[in-house]
Amino acid sequence: MCDTCGCSGDGGAVLRKPGVTGYHVHVGDEGSHHHYHEHHHDHEHHHHDHGEARKVQVEQDVLLQNNMLAERNRGWFEARHVLALNFLSSPGSGKTSILEKTIPMIQEQCPVTVIEGDQQTTNDADRIDALGVPVIQVNTGTGCHLDAQMVQRAVRELDPPERSLLCIENVGNLVCPALFDLGEAAKVVVISVTEGEDKPLKYPTMFHHADVVLLNKNDLLPYVDFDVARCREYAMQVNHHLEWIELSARTGEGFDEWIAWLKTKLAAL
Amino acid sequence: MHEMSIALSVIDAVVDKARQEGGVRITGIELVVGRLAGVQTESLRFCFDAATRDTVAEGAELTIEEREGWGRCEACGAEFPVSSYYAKCPSCGLFRVRIDSGEELAVRSITIE
Repeated sequence: MCDTCGCSGDGGAVLRKPGVTGYHVHVGDEGSHHHYHEHHHDHEHHHHDHGEARKVQVEQDVLLQNNMLAERNRGWFEARHVLALNFLSSPGSGKTSILEKTIPMIQEQCPVTVIEGDQQTTNDADRIDALGVPVIQVNTGTGCHLDAQMVQRAVRELDPPERSLLCIENVGNLVCPALFDLGEAAKVVVISVTEGEDKPLKYPTMFHHADVVLLNKNDLLPYVDFDVARCREYAMQVNHHLEWIELSARTGEGFDEWIAWLKTKLAAL
Repeated sequence: MHEMSIALSVIDAVVDKARQEGGVRITGIELVVGRLAGVQTESLRFCFDAATRDTVAEGAELTIEEREGWGRCEACGAEFPVSSYYAKCPSCGLFRVRIDSGEELAVRSITIE
């Protein structure tokens, strides 16, 4: 049940805006998704003999609905020249801190909007809101990842301007979000030096689908036993097309390379 | 636990298909799941019963064909079976594999009444 209006949300995702009390939109209110409460009176009755079992070939991708919505999002982003990036990591790797550092450095060149994904709270959206950029929080409830429909709904509320950067911060999780295309131009995976250097081997699906890895918190390298070269080698073994940038959201080290990467992508819009 | 989302996506797909075909009940669902699809078939089976509850697919038998991964080395061109994205070419020893199959996640067929 929705804790704001008391309606039955079926545990579905809810959009929120920082500082706007009472604002909330249930994703899927349009009723386009998960109609799994079938009624047993079929109005579109075809003339088949019921009771006789027959096999029907389907040959359909299970994630077809998500993938088609993702392609719609992608087409919309391309038409508007919006660079949409999907930020993925374990909880606590520093996705939000990286955005907090990045946004002021890129904002004068192009407008930035943000979609924040979390199971609960608007804490991350509040941090982005403090920077003065438009942000929508998607609370996925029990969901462990954002999907294309949540992003489509959030984008409709957010309405990113032409020639802008849209940062989508996914739910902190290196497993599930790897499977769900949101329509982004690139997947940015963040890992930090306080994690294990074998993360790319433990979560190969995520690293295989990533476009660029940001190795964060590298100011802590003197204090931890993290072998950067080995981590990079593992990542490249899982995906030899990966780009790799080392930085620290705390000190700003490495951000010149990351901002240059962003500017190259923005220039290509 | 994205397997619940996957299970619900399966139900969405098959319920629509069954309706188009004029079926009132789904008694069987056949899936193809590649070893590299990122889906645990055991978890998927676990979620399946909950996902089908109160739908025309309630009680349907779930059959899952797990498909081997197959890759090609971008360096030397050798083709070989792979069980993960962390795959070393057996001929040249490099990790420059391109995945040709094993990422399938599809509904192959349904049995309807």
